Amino acid sequence: MSVTGLATSSPAPLAASAVRSHGYWSGVGRRILRDPVTVGCGAILLLIAAAAVLAPWILPADPYRTSMLHRLAPLGSAGHLLGADELGRDMVARLVYGGRLSLMLGTLPVALAFVIGGAIGVLAGFAGGWLNMVIMRSLDVFYAFPSVLLAVAISGALGSGMSNSIIALTVVFVPQISRVAESVTTQVRGLDYVEAARMSGASAFTIIRAHVLGNVMGPIFVYATGLVSVSMILGSGLSFLGLGVKPPEPEWGLMLTTLRSAIYVNPLVAALPGAMIFVTSMCFNLMADGIRSAMDMKA
Amino acid sequence: MSLVLHKPAADRGGPAQPLLIVGGLRKHFPIRGGLLGRNRGAVHAVDGVGFQVGKGEILGVVGESGCGKSTMARLLARLIEPDGGEVIFDGDGVGAADGISIRDLRRDLQLVFQDSFASLNPRMTIEDSVAFGPRIQGLSAAEAMRVAHDMLGRVGLEPSRFGGRYPHELSGGQRQRVNIARTLATRPRLVILDEAVSALDKSVQAQVLNLLLDLKAELNLTYIFISHDLNVVQYISDRVLVMYLGQVVEIGPVDSLYRDARHPYTRALLSAVPSVDPERRTRHSPLTGDPPSPVNPPPGCRFRQRCPHARAVCAAALPEPVEIAPGHRAACFMADPASGYDSSPTEGGR
Repeated sequence: MSVTGLATSSPAPLAASAVRSHGYWSGVGRRILRDPVTVGCGAILLLIAAAAVLAPWILPADPYRTSMLHRLAPLGSAGHLLGADELGRDMVARLVYGGRLSLMLGTLPVALAFVIGGAIGVLAGFAGGWLNMVIMRSLDVFYAFPSVLLAVAISGALGSGMSNSIIALTVVFVPQISRVAESVTTQVRGLDYVEAARMSGASAFTIIRAHVLGNVMGPIFVYATGLVSVSMILGSGLSFLGLGVKPPEPEWGLMLTTLRSAIYVNPLVAALPGAMIFVTSMCFNLMADGIRSAMDMKA
Repeated sequence: MSLVLHKPAADRGGPAQPLLIVGGLRKHFPIRGGLLGRNRGAVHAVDGVGFQVGKGEILGVVGESGCGKSTMARLLARLIEPDGGEVIFDGDGVGAADGISIRDLRRDLQLVFQDSFASLNPRMTIEDSVAFGPRIQGLSAAEAMRVAHDMLGRVGLEPSRFGGRYPHELSGGQRQRVNIARTLATRPRLVILDEAVSALDKSVQAQVLNLLLDLKAELNLTYIFISHDLNVVQYISDRVLVMYLGQVVEIGPVDSLYRDARHPYTRALLSAVPSVDPERRTRHSPLTGDPPSPVNPPPGCRFRQRCPHARAVCAAALPEPVEIAPGHRAACFMADPASGYDSSPTEGGR
């Protein structure tokens, strides 16, 4: 086999000098690459993201140009491979451009919440005692609301618009990520190597940086990856309710709303934005699962 | 060489000053329960422990699981705060106004844990783990790495071969050597080994014990060696302390204690040691029943419920340690002629 240093195939360090030492992450990377589902989902997401980024250069059609002649053109019509929407705008162009905002609504709130929530959770978990109590019980207040309702309430209070949607979704995810970060940090804090670091006289900050972060980042990251699809769906939902992106901006959730009335006329075209949301969030979820199981393997 | 850069703290009190004096050390863990977290009682994990450790000595600490050995180790290292008692390190009161600060204490005192895997950061190479302590003590990255390589060499792990590896790539014995190197890299004067060899195979145990003895001589160390394995303790210790339910029941020089144990608990422990001599094999179990719960223990001698020699006097008061030989003390009324212990057999006696 060409796979060198396979963790299970090196029983004893007999030929020690010949065995190259592998870090934890290189092992995780190799396991991910051997999982076809994770690789496939990653490839699909990469494709969607690349198309969204490169949209102006690869797409001949303008996603904003309306044409009364082509209203609700069916799939495969001339010039409109995936049909056209209720105003005759090309669906291919709108779906690809829509990916920009939808992906941003999916990833940006999660990324922000990962940083903010991760910091809060690690702090609370490492501090322990009453500080942990105060922080975590305050965050529990947010759990009293279902996340959809909370996102709608915050968006409604802030007013519609892309940036307000992102803020609302970030607020929804911070408590969830904090809770995960807090629980993994509490586990790591009790381990002997953290006690040993305390024995060496290191400050709390140094211990967190050197010994805690590296060991809690993985689980928090995996959890956050799973939230991307939730964020996309919630973001689309906000647009659907008219609280997020405003027309004529292409965004999958919004497109789903505006095409809603065409569901009996041309159901296939009307379902396309929903299909994109489904495929993308599914890929994020499957990828998160793949990364999780790759990281769960005992080293 | 690199150790010239990095020396242990100076001997402040002189050779006659005991390195560690512990008096009345106490830790009760409260048990909270109910709606408002009312105090339902306390686990008397360590309850009035006192002893001394001389410089260059190895003090063995033995006792059953749950008797407070590990809590005591963590109290001495101040990983948990004691509820009472005092600890004097080389003549300076720990945490006292005119004494030694906790931070300085941690430079002089280190702990080796039982679980060799949990003691090492799985995401750090072992040389980084070993270099972490010296780095915290203010050495430059290069100096700290030199110290780490020197220490890895001393514990028999060639730094060029093993330094860049991760803990999961080593065997249990190798990992415990790394832990020892990591512990010694900060140049402590007192090392507390909390069941440090208990998880290892017998053959590896012997290697690590001999390594510990060599390092002790080379680096001028003092050990507190905590174990439940009486053979290992007998092999390595100069003096032995026997703990039962958070208290010291007997302490003395290893020969005197193993030959002439006075406390019934110590005798029971010693007779439970498996012997290779078929003539000396014990058929009955010397100790019956589980140790009583350390939650709110009853007054009197804590061993009396399991003790074949218990009398009325044992329930009345807690026996104070009495000296039965030079340096050998036992906390049992039977060892104290003035206690009023009635040695005539009772119905329950054997």
